[in-house]
Amino acid sequence: MEIEHLSVHFPINIGTVRAVDDVNWELRQGEVMGLVGESGCGKSTLGFSILRLLRPPGKIVQGRILYKGRDIVRMPEREILELRGKRIAMIFQDPLTSLNPLFRIDQHFIETLLAHEKGLTRKDAYRRAEEMLESLGISPEKLTEYPHQLSGGMRQRIMIGLGLILGPDLLIADEPTTALDVIVEAQFLDLLADLQKRYHLTIILITHNLGNVAQLADRITVMYGGSIAEVGEAGDIFENPLHPYTQGLLASIPNIKLDQPKLKTMPGSPPDLVDPPQGCVFHPRCPHAMEVCRVKKPGLVKRNGRLISCWLYG
Amino acid sequence: MKNLAKYIVTRLLLTIPMVFILLSIVFIVLRVMPGDPVSSLLGGHAPEHVIEQKREALGLNRPLAVQYVNYLWQICRLDFGESMVFKQRVSKAILEKLPATVELTLCGMLITLFLGVFLGAYAADKRRTARDYGIRLYGIVVYCIPVYWMGLMLQLIFGIWLDILPIAGRTGPRVFASTFEKTGFYILDTILIRDFSALLDILQHLILPSVTLGLVLSGIFVRLTRTNMLDVLRADYIVAAEARGIRHRVIVYKHALKNAFIPILTMMGLQFALLMAGAVLTETTFSWPGMGRLLLERIYLRDYPTIQGIIIVIALFVALVSLVVDIIYAIIDPRVRY
Amino acid sequence: MRFSPAAAMARVISRFTAPAKKYGVEWWILVAGALIILAILVMAMFAEAIAPFSPHDQNTGPQLSPPNRVHLMGTDNLQRDVWSRMVHGSRTILRVAVLAAVISLLIGIPAGLLSGFSGGYLDRTLSLIMDSLYSFPGLILAIAFAAMLGPGVINITLAVSVIYIPTYFRLVRGQTLQIKEELFVEAARAIGASGPVILWRYVFPNVIATTVVVFTLNVADAIMIEAALTYLGLGLPPTIVDWGMDLSMGKKFLPSGQWWMITFPGAMISILALGFTMLGEGLAEILNPRLLER
Repeated sequence: MEIEHLSVHFPINIGTVRAVDDVNWELRQGEVMGLVGESGCGKSTLGFSILRLLRPPGKIVQGRILYKGRDIVRMPEREILELRGKRIAMIFQDPLTSLNPLFRIDQHFIETLLAHEKGLTRKDAYRRAEEMLESLGISPEKLTEYPHQLSGGMRQRIMIGLGLILGPDLLIADEPTTALDVIVEAQFLDLLADLQKRYHLTIILITHNLGNVAQLADRITVMYGGSIAEVGEAGDIFENPLHPYTQGLLASIPNIKLDQPKLKTMPGSPPDLVDPPQGCVFHPRCPHAMEVCRVKKPGLVKRNGRLISCWLYG
Repeated sequence: MKNLAKYIVTRLLLTIPMVFILLSIVFIVLRVMPGDPVSSLLGGHAPEHVIEQKREALGLNRPLAVQYVNYLWQICRLDFGESMVFKQRVSKAILEKLPATVELTLCGMLITLFLGVFLGAYAADKRRTARDYGIRLYGIVVYCIPVYWMGLMLQLIFGIWLDILPIAGRTGPRVFASTFEKTGFYILDTILIRDFSALLDILQHLILPSVTLGLVLSGIFVRLTRTNMLDVLRADYIVAAEARGIRHRVIVYKHALKNAFIPILTMMGLQFALLMAGAVLTETTFSWPGMGRLLLERIYLRDYPTIQGIIIVIALFVALVSLVVDIIYAIIDPRVRY
Repeated sequence: MRFSPAAAMARVISRFTAPAKKYGVEWWILVAGALIILAILVMAMFAEAIAPFSPHDQNTGPQLSPPNRVHLMGTDNLQRDVWSRMVHGSRTILRVAVLAAVISLLIGIPAGLLSGFSGGYLDRTLSLIMDSLYSFPGLILAIAFAAMLGPGVINITLAVSVIYIPTYFRLVRGQTLQIKEELFVEAARAIGASGPVILWRYVFPNVIATTVVVFTLNVADAIMIEAALTYLGLGLPPTIVDWGMDLSMGKKFLPSGQWWMITFPGAMISILALGFTMLGEGLAEILNPRLLER
């Protein structure tokens, strides 16, 4: 999948929020891509735009999202419905609120299956749901329960099951573990890794938790202020972050082994996307800011096998 | 299920103080305020001793406190007493008129719900478009039309100008009252005896009054549904359903509406009082022989026992509806357990 | 600088259009409501100047004449001019509706404050009474009161005001309980000022927005209730000019098709109620968008 020059704007009373600003991005078949950044940096918006699920007033104002050569941005409604769930699945931050409280679990599965597979009987759909639950390690009896009767981890697994039941090849996971406690989180990440191998999934893991990314991701994309700061192999980025923002981000994670004397925090606050800084969006907080950073926005360049947008590197 | 039964009993017990208080208020209002049933009964020129006799017979010369206690005791035995004006048990007078009111209010409620909920849901789905603003305007305007004027205008348009619908009563002249001996609910009765021409006649008579009632109250439900739908449409599970490729219409009218319906339902219990008030006015406008008309007739005649009886029945009716609403609520929402 | 009428006009207009940018459609709903109320207020205040005939004049032209140039809204069966009766009738309905809402506010708010503050037996009794009143159809209550009090402007006002007392009571009592909780935590009563006064000082800012909105909407409702009572023949002596009474009179002429005798009185009632409702809705959206979701 490729994204070219994508911009997403939210026109609000006081101006326009440029949530995603001219982003170019590329995803490889079968990889786990970690998409990290502070809240409000546009990472979730980017994820939502891929399925065209932006809430009004959010709007894709320019660019293309190419999925297997077809442009999602200009796809007719009927085809995007086909795509959602069947080819590209998405799971969300809060499993507690992602299931309709008034519908039983089996109703969720049956509805999803029947919406995409014409001619399927309810009985067959129910059997498919049972199989899916079993493969996720959940007893099929849970199908007849209501969401509020299940635990958070269970619900998140059911969300995944709902996402995978139609056999998609891309899974967008938007902060899937934020609402879970630590132990459940670890189990869930194991499950995700397992499913990724079993179903040959491509996964976009959107998170602000660098630990999650370290555990799962093959590659990492760091976003800042609606733009991509750095893209590279997970190992490379953790060992040798190039972009000053990535460096700051990594320095601010507590690390038990390294016995850091003091946790570093990044000075300043995320940029105002209604009125972003001139030039590089990061320059007001950047320790290496130069004259050119204030004037001109850096483009993405290739350096040491990764993509980076910073004047330090050209 | 056992818990639900317990809940229902508790709720029923809770309506007792409400009925008691309303009863007391009405009792005080009726007895303390000026106006005398005896003089309105016998006419202004009856001789003094006749009036005195009548007062004695009706128990009106006893101290107020005694009258009050007697009346309460009577009610506790579920005895509404006898009309002061006619030789007639109050319970019989009310039972004769009750089905007409129930039929009218239930039909009105159905129309209100359908119109209000669907227009409100549609407006929420199309929010900030011309259609949304149009529906909201409809909601406000229709809310401000007094129910009696709406009734008169509908009578004028459909009954007089177009001359396609009857404007008064429950039945036409060819349908005889003897047809309706089983339940008093005419729709039910005619279906039971399979008299479909009579059923048609009854439905024709029902259209204008129930549409009047339904239209006026639909405004409240438009607004209520719209705001609740807007909340629900923002919920995570709506986006999640969308991400699974479920059709938009299904999401709005199945997922979202079902959730939005819960707060609407709780409001329905409260709005039912409004519906009863509307029914009194509609009955007067359409000469509909129900409890509202009975109440007004007896108020002019100062027939205390009948007025009190009607107030009790209306209070119980309102309480009953709010109970039914709560039960439906428990059925719809799996999270509620009593 | 020379006074320029055009610039002054522009300034006045911009004062009204500026909030529209911030609040959107709601602002225009508010303005429209206010304009309707203003128009009818002017009508009521200058009734003698506006109405072409006396509302009681039984010799203004032909009997039951449909609307024409002389009689904008036609004449009734007593040869009175319907438009003149509408103009004069606005006084009655405005007076009754506004006064009734004020009376219920003046009773309901202190009662709610007292009940919430004192708690205990008094609170429980008052709450029970108010809740019973609240859940009972208000119109039916008003009918009972109006019938017993007999006809008269004051009587009908009292009958209508009974309906809205519980609304204010519940509003203020709820707020009082909440604030009392906080106050006890701070032990603010220790400073010696009397409890209710302190409470009122805390409660008032919290309920003022809601009260304003509720008041406006209650006036709208009271308008329809007043007209309903007089339509039922309960509220006023026949010498008083009133929209509801005109409507019930017009009802007799419906079968013979004299439409103007029901159309205009009813429309006037609706428009006046609409004015207050729009004002209330607009205020609600602007003061606090979630106010009306009870």
